[in-house]
Amino acid sequence: MAYIDNILFALLFAAGIYWFAQSLGKLRRNILLGRDLDLTDNKPMRWRTMIRVALGQSKMVTRPTAAIMHIFVYVGFIIINIELLEIVIDGIFGTHRVLSFLGPLYTFLIATFEVLALLVLIGCVVFLVRRNIIKLKRFVSKDLDGWPRSDANYILITEILLMSAFLFMNAADRQLQVMGYSHYHEMSSAAFPISQWLIPIYGDASPEALIMVERFCWWFHIAGILAFMNYLPYSKHLHILFAFPNTFYSNLKAKGGFSNPENVQNEVKAMMDPSFTPPAPPEGQIQRFGAKDVTDLSWKQLMDAYTCTECGRCTSACPANNTGKLLSPRKIMMATRDRLEEVGANIDSNKGSFVEDGKPLLGTYITPEELWACTSCNACVQECPVNIDPLSIIIDLRRYMVMEESAAPAELNMMLTNLENNGAPWQFSPSDRLNWANEE
Amino acid sequence: MSNQAIHVPTMAEFAARGEMPEILFWVGCAGSFDDRAKKITKAIVRILNHVGVQFAVLGTEETCTGDPAKRAGHEFLFQMQASTNIQVLNGYGVKKIVTGCPHCYNTLKNEYPELGGDYEVIHHTQLVQQLLDAGKLTVQGGAFKGKKITYHDPCYLGRANDVYEAPREVIQKLDVELAEMKRSRANGFCCGAGGAQMFKEAEKGDKEVNVERSEEALALKPDVIAVGCPFCMTMMTDGVKHFNQEDTTKVMDVAELIAQANDL
Repeated sequence: MAYIDNILFALLFAAGIYWFAQSLGKLRRNILLGRDLDLTDNKPMRWRTMIRVALGQSKMVTRPTAAIMHIFVYVGFIIINIELLEIVIDGIFGTHRVLSFLGPLYTFLIATFEVLALLVLIGCVVFLVRRNIIKLKRFVSKDLDGWPRSDANYILITEILLMSAFLFMNAADRQLQVMGYSHYHEMSSAAFPISQWLIPIYGDASPEALIMVERFCWWFHIAGILAFMNYLPYSKHLHILFAFPNTFYSNLKAKGGFSNPENVQNEVKAMMDPSFTPPAPPEGQIQRFGAKDVTDLSWKQLMDAYTCTECGRCTSACPANNTGKLLSPRKIMMATRDRLEEVGANIDSNKGSFVEDGKPLLGTYITPEELWACTSCNACVQECPVNIDPLSIIIDLRRYMVMEESAAPAELNMMLTNLENNGAPWQFSPSDRLNWANEE
Repeated sequence: MSNQAIHVPTMAEFAARGEMPEILFWVGCAGSFDDRAKKITKAIVRILNHVGVQFAVLGTEETCTGDPAKRAGHEFLFQMQASTNIQVLNGYGVKKIVTGCPHCYNTLKNEYPELGGDYEVIHHTQLVQQLLDAGKLTVQGGAFKGKKITYHDPCYLGRANDVYEAPREVIQKLDVELAEMKRSRANGFCCGAGGAQMFKEAEKGDKEVNVERSEEALALKPDVIAVGCPFCMTMMTDGVKHFNQEDTTKVMDVAELIAQANDL
């Protein structure tokens, strides 16, 4: 029975990693349901963009309060996870603070983790206050009604609990060290700049009770981390992973340049040159102009959807949304992810192939009214801290409405007709184009 | 500003003489047909003539770049327009283009290359800045000296192409007070016309986008709201009228400011 803890730990750890790997595999499968798009050019620029935007958080700074708090949580998250290494070794081999032989370096590390843990706590509390008490406009928007709002709060509360467990564990450990209890080797008091203030809470608790607390916090911390990791794929919090690949595969071109879909290029070429036959679409894909469902979007647009953390900066900058229109770029991204998840679940429950369910992205999740409100101003693209491009999805859905369904608003149809007949969006004769030069 | 007819050479005339102008001036549909935008076109021409830049227009051979079709989602029509235009431009061997409109600028610069049309494309505010920098054009403040001007970033020049400074540097040459709106440069707020909205009623909402933007600009109590786009011109002019401020605040294109300051 001596090794039961070790075995339990190893099983828990392996299960956590296994389930997470399974989820990642599914995310990858779903993303690859999107159409091909080659984004492998200019690698040095891609690395620089990722380092600047994801690692360096360069686009967060436009909103200073959020930026500072987010840096606390972000740096805390990354650095404190170094501690995981020790937790895993201790857990598997039944050691206690196996890395403490590092001496002053260890003291420094633990002290750093403690300070960061406090900063994470502060950050999460401020975030909870902004969402639930101050009620910032972008967090009370109806985009977030239901699960998304709870999701955000669960994440913050979990992080607060994890950090608290870490600090209470250290406090109990320190108290046991001071008592000189069994294998709780005395460390420098400098290792516990934050948790030392918690020690008085334990009063004159017995060593056994303190060990209970220390062990409970230790297990809670690691089990919490594993559970949290497995929660990510179902949560907006997935951005902590996807921010990196998503910024790596950023659009590196001028934001104003929209794609020139290849299948349209081929059709136009065939019209100009009758000897040219447009190539058939890739096996298993139907020829479609624009996008009706998530599988008509590119894999990058689908990755965008998984990367979105629903912060709402896009929507708060959107001129349509700011003037009371239905469009919300954040909702476009959330709808794309929801539909993609639904398509993935459909494939899972139908032995690996999608069975038509009559619930396409366009119409079911996103309405024409939203799409026609967009001014294509790129404010949403500019705002996104992880380089998501909601505009490209809006345009692809418009393309389907116009080219496949001829369902443009009547006034736009008039404009398009003018353009087709007169080469201008208004009804003027092309022969009058230079009249301005001779007018008084 | 004088309003008499001005001589505008066409590419066809140059080609007939076996010559090639320094630059093609892409006028655009608004610049050709919209009464207010035609004044901007003429201001650009006057600047070009004043400096002695050898330029030409396509005249009746010009046709829409396809921008509104593309933003509306009609990719076929866009690519048909592009292919027609590229044929004409490549036929003349055009290398350099200046546009009077950020939408034409963006489309020619970013969307034509992949379809076979590769040109050096600049917006007219960039050309004016280059002429000022090279000393070919000088301005004194003239009528605008000491006036308060705010500049509204067109989305398709600003965020779409990261051109923020050229128009501002040009305006500052006029010895004016350049006042910035809170939402400017990369955070600029759309006038409401982009994405083919110019050609349709807005969707249901509680405010017009151009009213929101004009309100922001008018809060600075500027003498002039400067724009660099014929569609922003329409939207901001309507917005200023909405607040009955047209007598105190003028909406002018950057090219018009320069032309007027120089009595062109």
